[in-house]
Amino acid sequence: MSTLTPTVPLPRLENTGRLAFHRVLLSEWTKLRSVRSTLWSLGAGFVLTIAFPVIFAFVTRSHWGSMSPSDRAGRHPLDIALAGVNVAQLAIAVLGVLLISAEYSTGSIRSTFTAVPKRLPVLWAKLIDYAALTLALMIPAVLVSFFASQAILHSIPQLHISFSQPGVARAVLGGALYVMLVGIFALAIGAIVRNTAGGIATFAATFFVLPPLMFTLPTSWNNAISQYLPSEAGRQVFALHHAAHTLTPLTGGLVLAAYCAAAIVIAAVLLVRRDA
Amino acid sequence: MIEASDLTKDYGRKRAVDGLCFTVRPGIVTGFLGPNGSGKSTTMRLILGLDAPSGGDVTVNGRHYRDHVAPLHEVGSLLEARSVHTGRSAYNHLLALAQTHGIPKRRVSEVIDLVGLHEVARKRTGQFSLGMGQRLGIAAALLGDPKTVMLDEPVNGLDPEGIHWVRNLLKGLAAEGRTVFVSSHLMSEMALTADHLIVIGRGKLIADTSVDDFVARASQKAVLVRSPELDRLRHVLAAPGISFDGEERGAFEVHGLTAEQVGDAAAAAGIALHELTPVQASLEEAFMNLTRDDVEFGAELEQAVA
Repeated sequence: MSTLTPTVPLPRLENTGRLAFHRVLLSEWTKLRSVRSTLWSLGAGFVLTIAFPVIFAFVTRSHWGSMSPSDRAGRHPLDIALAGVNVAQLAIAVLGVLLISAEYSTGSIRSTFTAVPKRLPVLWAKLIDYAALTLALMIPAVLVSFFASQAILHSIPQLHISFSQPGVARAVLGGALYVMLVGIFALAIGAIVRNTAGGIATFAATFFVLPPLMFTLPTSWNNAISQYLPSEAGRQVFALHHAAHTLTPLTGGLVLAAYCAAAIVIAAVLLVRRDA
Repeated sequence: MIEASDLTKDYGRKRAVDGLCFTVRPGIVTGFLGPNGSGKSTTMRLILGLDAPSGGDVTVNGRHYRDHVAPLHEVGSLLEARSVHTGRSAYNHLLALAQTHGIPKRRVSEVIDLVGLHEVARKRTGQFSLGMGQRLGIAAALLGDPKTVMLDEPVNGLDPEGIHWVRNLLKGLAAEGRTVFVSSHLMSEMALTADHLIVIGRGKLIADTSVDDFVARASQKAVLVRSPELDRLRHVLAAPGISFDGEERGAFEVHGLTAEQVGDAAAAAGIALHELTPVQASLEEAFMNLTRDDVEFGAELEQAVA
């Protein structure tokens, strides 16, 4: 910088406001919308949620004629409609971790906690803003993916399913709810681990590594334990059919919510206790 | 007003801040001086509640920082290096801070203009030079029109014009009756900016004094003499308690005599003098003299001065 800076006195600030929670919410919203990773992650989440069902629907339609009866029986329209949710959750989880871990890696957490020295309002505001944003994004995404995949599968009566059919609306919207809960869980993990790579690894281990590992256990153990894993419990929220050794949608959702709550409590305690 | 009493911070087994007691008063610029690693930044983090003290206490304007209803109006701070998300623009960084206290957008533009970042305010801060980053940090510190301004090494990375600007800014803020607390490891910088000094080394308080007293207390007066007949002059002046050093290019420093004494003695002996300059110990030298006894401290000090 070689611009000549005028030496003017600091202008006084006429109205001095107080720190307030609704203001922290707005501040965190500004932070959320003002970095590129938000746009990329949310864009990826949105596009993947819709793109996978659309592609699967086209593939299914074009191969339907050559598929065996058992193969056909294995297709379920809702699985196709919500295929993108499993992929989108990764994008949403990565952003959830980043929302807090990037503050630590860049040092901006010090600015944040200097403005809000009680710290906890920052965590609540991040959670609320992010939950609202992911839900607002994912509800249209799952609706579009449902109706788009149904439109593509129009020529195959066996794969028709009505939105008003019992459980369908719940499962479709449950997909959005599930992704929101995943985002909350990831954000809390980010606050606990405070490191991007560590946070993402912890999330991936919990959601993608742990479930297949369960199959190395004796079947009775696996059946008893697996259903309570956050990913397996959460999956029931957007599953139409209730398979053996799985929780009901409501219980599954509550179990995942309980994991989120536990992670949030740990994050909150550590946030207040640890040096920033 | 910042008041620290017996402030202590341990990181594991290392004591970073060791029983600091000091008061930073409003209306003047107080320099916070010490070599790198002496605990300045840690002390500032303790003041802001970013780190919790292991012992003792520190308050700002009569309360713990976190207990203020509007912290940004109490203390404006610039912390070590970067405290900014590199992917966010300067404007949005400041806006997010301002919004926590309901500070209007107009004010954000005002401080951006004040620090001269107008043209780059919408750029991502990751592209900023060190100096621009410092200016952004200063803008953040001034955002809330704070009663106390606390800056950690504000002139780091600034060009001479920027350094001059910061000096005037700090003096102006103090003249308005604010408390100004500014750290530096450059003693010469503090000599030009500060009225009062708090000096620490190894986390301990070494001095809490005015700049003038600090230099007077620790300085050794010397006289720089330039002459074509240095050897003869040395012979004439030689006496117990008088020493010579720094001889180069026809000049040396005489310790133990005033300029008048050297001049008179040279005149009496008929020796021509080309220069006769009283040398005031610099703040650097004063600082080194003051801390020289602390053997443990030596290596770190040399590192800081280098």
